[in-house]
Amino acid sequence: MKSLTLRGWVTLVVLVALALLPVFVSMTGREFFLVLATRLVILAIAAVSLNLILGYGRMISFGHAAYLGIGAYAVGIPVYYEIYNGFIHIGIAVVVSAAFAFLTGLVCLRTRGVNFIMITMAFSMMVFFAFVSIEEYGGDDGLVIEVRSEFGQWVNLENDTVLYYVCFVSLLGILYLIRRIVHSRFGMVIQGARGNEARMQSLGFDTFRYRLVCYVIAGALCGYAGALLGNFTSFISPEMMDWTRSGELIFMVVLGGTSSLFGPVLGAGLFILLEEILSGFWLYWQLIFGIFLILVVLFAKGGIDSWLGRRPER
Amino acid sequence: MDESVILGIKDLYKSFGGVAATNGLTLDVLEREVHAVIGPNGAGKTTLVSQLTGVVLPDAGQVVFRGRDITRMPAYRRPHLGMARSFQITSIIHDMTVLENVVLAVQAKAGHSYRFWESAIIDDQLTEPAMRALTQVGLETEAMQVAGPLSHGEHRQLELAMVLATDPELVLLDEPTAGMGREDSTRMVSMLESLKGSRTIILVEHDMDAVFALADRITVMVEGRAIATGTPDVIRADRLVREAYLGEDINTAIKSARET
Repeated sequence: MKSLTLRGWVTLVVLVALALLPVFVSMTGREFFLVLATRLVILAIAAVSLNLILGYGRMISFGHAAYLGIGAYAVGIPVYYEIYNGFIHIGIAVVVSAAFAFLTGLVCLRTRGVNFIMITMAFSMMVFFAFVSIEEYGGDDGLVIEVRSEFGQWVNLENDTVLYYVCFVSLLGILYLIRRIVHSRFGMVIQGARGNEARMQSLGFDTFRYRLVCYVIAGALCGYAGALLGNFTSFISPEMMDWTRSGELIFMVVLGGTSSLFGPVLGAGLFILLEEILSGFWLYWQLIFGIFLILVVLFAKGGIDSWLGRRPER
Repeated sequence: MDESVILGIKDLYKSFGGVAATNGLTLDVLEREVHAVIGPNGAGKTTLVSQLTGVVLPDAGQVVFRGRDITRMPAYRRPHLGMARSFQITSIIHDMTVLENVVLAVQAKAGHSYRFWESAIIDDQLTEPAMRALTQVGLETEAMQVAGPLSHGEHRQLELAMVLATDPELVLLDEPTAGMGREDSTRMVSMLESLKGSRTIILVEHDMDAVFALADRITVMVEGRAIATGTPDVIRADRLVREAYLGEDINTAIKSARET
């Protein structure tokens, strides 16, 4: 077996800790940690999916939280109509997210830079206001999800530990999926277009279409994370897809390291831990948090991942 | 004669804000020839390249490649017909390795890239042609290095390798020796010489040594038009060409072209 680098060790330790966390919780009875870890893992999935477009494709979407909302409503609305089948929930979450990504991507991906950031944000705010205005599903008060998704008798999400493991295994699966995508021919084209789009076109790649497919994959994966989030919080409100939520996802990716496979997981982890610790100290913890984020952006180009011995970019 | 025309340019017009960069250009490029395009600065050479590659669309006129009208075809579709280009200012993907750059070029030719699972960089179908192209330009030992930090000369070699890797019928070389020292430039010329006869090459070049060493035919452009086309000997002797170059003899012309 190859000897592990520092970042290899960190990855391994984090994954093992996450895998064993429920054991620790059941021994100590501190349920709180399970709640925290479930949230961490779900947001890690969202951050990893965002990294696919932001890190590998340099498509800086400021509207990624919309997919979390779509995914969560894909659980909430069917449950409201007493449809409890989890496969239907996940199916709706993924398909609607992909469709939303496709339709908005057709427009967004014709723009670059700040325009892209603004237009992705605008589309996510459209979804935000759409759900605020639908009284049937609670408007801006949100919607309580009475029952969690049902997946037959083997997987009972009402059990918090089972839900946690479903999220954790999902994270592992999606990390593996992204790893394959990034190294595939498709991933090469996406990264090539990040580096030099004009050249990629002159080689014969229709970069717009490749980008669009990438955008749809990222949206669908985040929609999946949203379905998990809906199950976890048992509540969904438009606030979940506010643009500040999208900003938090960007922070997680930048904090962990863009275009690094595991970076966003570390970023999501640190983000949630800091948020938890700092908010216990001081009412205005966001101030400290903001300063910290600025320092990271200024002095740690490449995020946590670059501290672990990896050159920034690629 | 006509069937051996691989690229036909007819009455091409393109103006930018009232200034005609291409002004009724007509030009035939024959199969497997090295066709050099020269002319003073501002003659419209770069605009011509942009129109042939589809980066800029002409206002009027026609571009026909192997009997097919490609005047308005999007840039990304042209390589699939067998056209490839190099850029005047090196255009590579800086944060990828040399090999990855060339693999992308091979990939472009190898059908669609909507393949999400198998790793591209360990796929022999991609890496073998890529390594062949790198060997051809003498860059094989740098294959695993990140492209960005390499020297200018190496960037130009990589640029050429990416063109060769797509195995094109028609190669558009936009100043392949731009910014090169004498030594690198000589190497590039001998490399291009080895390609002669195997494919059609359109060579836009300032370096007259390179042009006269390589070209089968030369077209001289002035003010967006072709004022003369012929073999190097004919061009050397052409009175119009001399006049175009400030009314001086060709040696002065060569000198002035080098300085730009």
